[in-house]
Amino acid sequence: MYAQLIKTARSGIKSREEMSEQEREFQDKIDNDIKIEPRDWMPDDYRRTLIRQMGQHAHSEVVGQLPEGNWITRAPTLERKAILLAKVQDEAGHGLYLYSAAETLGESRDELVRLLHEGRMKYSSIFNYPTLNWADIGAVGWLVDGAAIVNQVALQRTSYGPYSRAMIRICKEESFHARQGYHAIMNMAFGTPEQKRQAQSAVDRLWFPAIMMFGPTDADSTNSDQSMAWKIKVKSNDELRQQFVDQTVPQIEYLGLDLPDAGIKWNEERGHYDFSDPDWSEFFDVIKGNGPCNVDRLKDRVAAWDDGEWVRDGLMAHAQKKAAAKVAAE
Amino acid sequence: MKNEWPLWEIFIRGQHGMSHRHVGSLHAPDAEMAVKNARDVYTRRNEGVSIWVVEAKHISATAPGDKGPLFEPSESKIYRHPTFFDIPEEVGSM
Repeated sequence: MYAQLIKTARSGIKSREEMSEQEREFQDKIDNDIKIEPRDWMPDDYRRTLIRQMGQHAHSEVVGQLPEGNWITRAPTLERKAILLAKVQDEAGHGLYLYSAAETLGESRDELVRLLHEGRMKYSSIFNYPTLNWADIGAVGWLVDGAAIVNQVALQRTSYGPYSRAMIRICKEESFHARQGYHAIMNMAFGTPEQKRQAQSAVDRLWFPAIMMFGPTDADSTNSDQSMAWKIKVKSNDELRQQFVDQTVPQIEYLGLDLPDAGIKWNEERGHYDFSDPDWSEFFDVIKGNGPCNVDRLKDRVAAWDDGEWVRDGLMAHAQKKAAAKVAAE
Repeated sequence: MKNEWPLWEIFIRGQHGMSHRHVGSLHAPDAEMAVKNARDVYTRRNEGVSIWVVEAKHISATAPGDKGPLFEPSESKIYRHPTFFDIPEEVGSM
């Protein structure tokens, strides 16, 4: 869905005096909310940070097709199956928009994919969790895409023009997914006791992974400062996480399900829900490649790429032959 | 990497649109596949009635540095915005 841990500048934030003329002009644009466009000058670290963040965001869309795709052949009704198919198709499209946007920064899509396959670029931690029952598919739409929307609505105001425009497009479709997912969970929560049990199980297992999607706490997010100064990020991880919790708790209560965290309590003074910290050691473990499904996810992606090589080459050879024939005919 | 599919820029004219608008880009081996993919990715929700695809290498763009000389609104050339001529009422609307 998006990138959670991104290294930005290695040198820390520069003061105005330390900046070159070019850097000052760039920062002025950022401060005046003028979008940065592909051919504009930008600091190397800004470019690198964006390539990583957008690339990882794109990878997440593509890898995110796997946990949901897992249930396509087993969806319980034709209606739900058609919805799921459309959703997975949307995710492929989101990956495509994001790769295109990342490519405006001068990195090729094939190169980004190669880095993913070599384990040198990441994707969202959430897709390393398995989908164990049908309710998980509803919960992924509702909670995971719900968390994605909170993050992506904020990113609509990100300073790099092509990224911001991709987010506007994607948010529209993500919000369908969240509603469809919630509707699927509603059916189960209000269905038979067994369906309700499955819905509860999905919420219990996916709650903490969903709130981890916002990345480490602000105190531990050492790379945020530069991203905020460049307005790549417009809200902090903790702000976004709080927003997600506040909007989601009433949705869980409406379903008549138990809250997945005993620490969730309305805090009158703050005007927000308090909640427990997820297990951050699990988070760092998952993004290091040691989550429940990391190995399988990457194996499936690499296999699809390798096994598909002859098809890609065939299409290219055919295109070249046709182009040559066209030239000969002229 | 040797056989990377080229990049195509996609332009779509909407249902009631007057002109084609750039909507994004994609990779495809040839123009025909680019149109097919553009149809699937960019027009699945009634976004358009006509698609143009152009291989990205065929597009030339202006440089951001030329913004001043190229796009200066020529405020001094007031005759380009001739909104100030008094036309006698007798001749009717013009």
